[in-house]
Amino acid sequence: MSALKNINNEYILDILENQDHTTVTILSSLLSVQDGIGFLPKNAIKVVADFVNVTTNDVWGVASYYLNFRFDPPGKHTIEICWGPSCHVNGASKLQSSVLEKFKLKNQGDTSDGKFTLKFNTCLGACPQAPMISINHKLSGKMNSLKLLKMLDKLK
Amino acid sequence: MSFEALKRDSDKRWLDLTTGTKPWIRVSSVMCCGTSLESEEIVSVIANYIEKNKMLINIDTVGCHGICYAGPIIDILYKGQPRIFWGNVTKDNVVKILDSYIKKGEVLTDNLLGSLGERSIDGIKKIDDLPGINLQNRIALRNSGNIAFNDIFQYIANGGFEGLHKAVTKMSSDEVISEVKNSGLRGRGGAAFPTGLKWSFMSNSKGVKYILCNCEEGDPGAYNDKGILESDPYTLIEGMAIAGYATKSTNGYVFIRHGHDGPIERTKEAINQAYENGLLGKNIFGSDFSFDIEVSLTGDSYVAGEETALMESIEGKSARPRSRPPFPAAYGVWGKPSTINNVKSLAYVSEIIRNGSEWFKSIGTESSSGTAIVCLSGDILNPGMYEVEMGISIKDVVEKIGGGIPNGRKLKMLQTGGPLGGVLGPDSLKVKIDFDEMAKAGAILGSGGIIIVDDRTCAVDLTKSLVAFCQYESCGKCFPCRLGMTHLLEIVEKISKGKGNLNDLDLMNKIGKNMQAGSLCGHGQLGYNPISSALKHFQSDFESCMDGNCPTGSCNERQIVFPENTRPSSWQTIKEN
Repeated sequence: MSALKNINNEYILDILENQDHTTVTILSSLLSVQDGIGFLPKNAIKVVADFVNVTTNDVWGVASYYLNFRFDPPGKHTIEICWGPSCHVNGASKLQSSVLEKFKLKNQGDTSDGKFTLKFNTCLGACPQAPMISINHKLSGKMNSLKLLKMLDKLK
Repeated sequence: MSFEALKRDSDKRWLDLTTGTKPWIRVSSVMCCGTSLESEEIVSVIANYIEKNKMLINIDTVGCHGICYAGPIIDILYKGQPRIFWGNVTKDNVVKILDSYIKKGEVLTDNLLGSLGERSIDGIKKIDDLPGINLQNRIALRNSGNIAFNDIFQYIANGGFEGLHKAVTKMSSDEVISEVKNSGLRGRGGAAFPTGLKWSFMSNSKGVKYILCNCEEGDPGAYNDKGILESDPYTLIEGMAIAGYATKSTNGYVFIRHGHDGPIERTKEAINQAYENGLLGKNIFGSDFSFDIEVSLTGDSYVAGEETALMESIEGKSARPRSRPPFPAAYGVWGKPSTINNVKSLAYVSEIIRNGSEWFKSIGTESSSGTAIVCLSGDILNPGMYEVEMGISIKDVVEKIGGGIPNGRKLKMLQTGGPLGGVLGPDSLKVKIDFDEMAKAGAILGSGGIIIVDDRTCAVDLTKSLVAFCQYESCGKCFPCRLGMTHLLEIVEKISKGKGNLNDLDLMNKIGKNMQAGSLCGHGQLGYNPISSALKHFQSDFESCMDGNCPTGSCNERQIVFPENTRPSSWQTIKEN
């Protein structure tokens, strides 16, 4: 995984030049890099700064503000559990505790084998089907611990 | 092509779809029901079925019918019969439904919801009799579930772009503004400010001016903005263009949170189709009005939905509010005059112009004309997105439309208008859905989300989850909010663990007052609302919890694990790097 931490500058620049955003900004550039690579490699900050013509400080500011950005490679599968109020009253905390136990984690983060990234989301936007989870950005609703653990077991 | 020709062409296509010889299958697929319940797979199963049987069938993916409890829904229009709907369809039972209806003409009664159309079929009930359908009056959602989200001709055939055409070719900008003013339309994003009045504030300066459409929609419990964008993005585009004409603006941004792929992709596609047909871009309908729209994405930040933070985010910066004045109408995004409207507010505009303001004013109540799009979730039998006339009581919404509380439980709390909106008790059921009536009762209609909570939940437990949300989402710019929310969460957690005392209530009140006085935006100003409103109705729950006797036990049962990272995020990783 650590080998991934250095992505060459040309590759990042290519992503920035071909980004799918009409108005190019620091944020649009960072979103494109994370979409393309899965995280923001350290050197990307400087590449983005030069590309948008701002300082690296400006880029760090934005990158550290939005909570979707990460600075190291994510696990192979990303699991998100919603803990917004609708999901909370429908049992989200049980989902949290069973997945934390399975992954041997204390809070959101990556499993030691690099297979899973666990994230707690404040609202996945599908409250009628609460409690909601998403696996690799695919939403599933009306979840319970048993069903979720089975779904996780199926991931290779 | 002229608009008249475009309209003729669209009408012809619609006639072919609705009265032609081919069956027309519509599969409802939106983020909040469809995708999560595999309706994309249903579409591909149907596509395979059509190919295998070499059938001539029209198939479209449409938006939301509102009745989330029945999703995913498919319906078939065939041989002049009424539309027939099936609910809770899966990829396993869909082929059986098609086989029996299209090949044999038999209506499979498993999963049958009902029929829609003037005529009825013996033995099949009308879909209008279903809970949640009969009490609705769909204006903003008029096309939702009826037209394909990706076919602009279906939108035009149903009256689409007639409002924009009328505005641009027959009305002056001022006339459009007075029409919207007269309609009584008020902002559906939360503040309920009159939309026409807001437009009239826009600076008269020449040059670039912006219409910003807010679809950040971070409120847990609300999903109607995304629902509109996924079901009928054209109505938003038309509304934005009319707003652009009225305020003499040149550009529009649709502001959506990154990762909500359904609304993003569908809006982008609709914008492209509008350009292809000359409904956006230069010299619309041959006039000197030109208008461009693009989609702007933000990262994960609830405060990005605040109007000045939204402008910062469009500029690519951290979504932190600006101080006002200057107000957006004079100094907005990129320093240019800007008007910000919610998706729902703009979704009404085309119909107001097309049918006239008197028509809109005749719907709803005197102070709140039109409809409200309420999203029911939580402990409710029929969760869903329902468009109801203003003036209906919350009781009717919860009981007649939502079907009441499941499993014979009792209603305990209602949480309306997003996490900052506060908590209500069962006595609020008599309150009417209306901006002013709800404000009088100490609640806000806000974005329309209503979370229903039954008697298994302790008020402290619910408050804790709301306060945790507000703490996690504070942008950190104003310290009364940043530190205040953290302190409030600590105290509520302490109470829920049976360790609080009555002095804590005074302390929270003091912190809340400081936050209200010392914060730039509503997040900090209203951040104490969840606690103060819960205390107003359920102080006894707080007192029991302080003594270690949580009245329902939910404080102990539901231990939320709050995410550790706060802004600046992943601080540890950054240092290591």
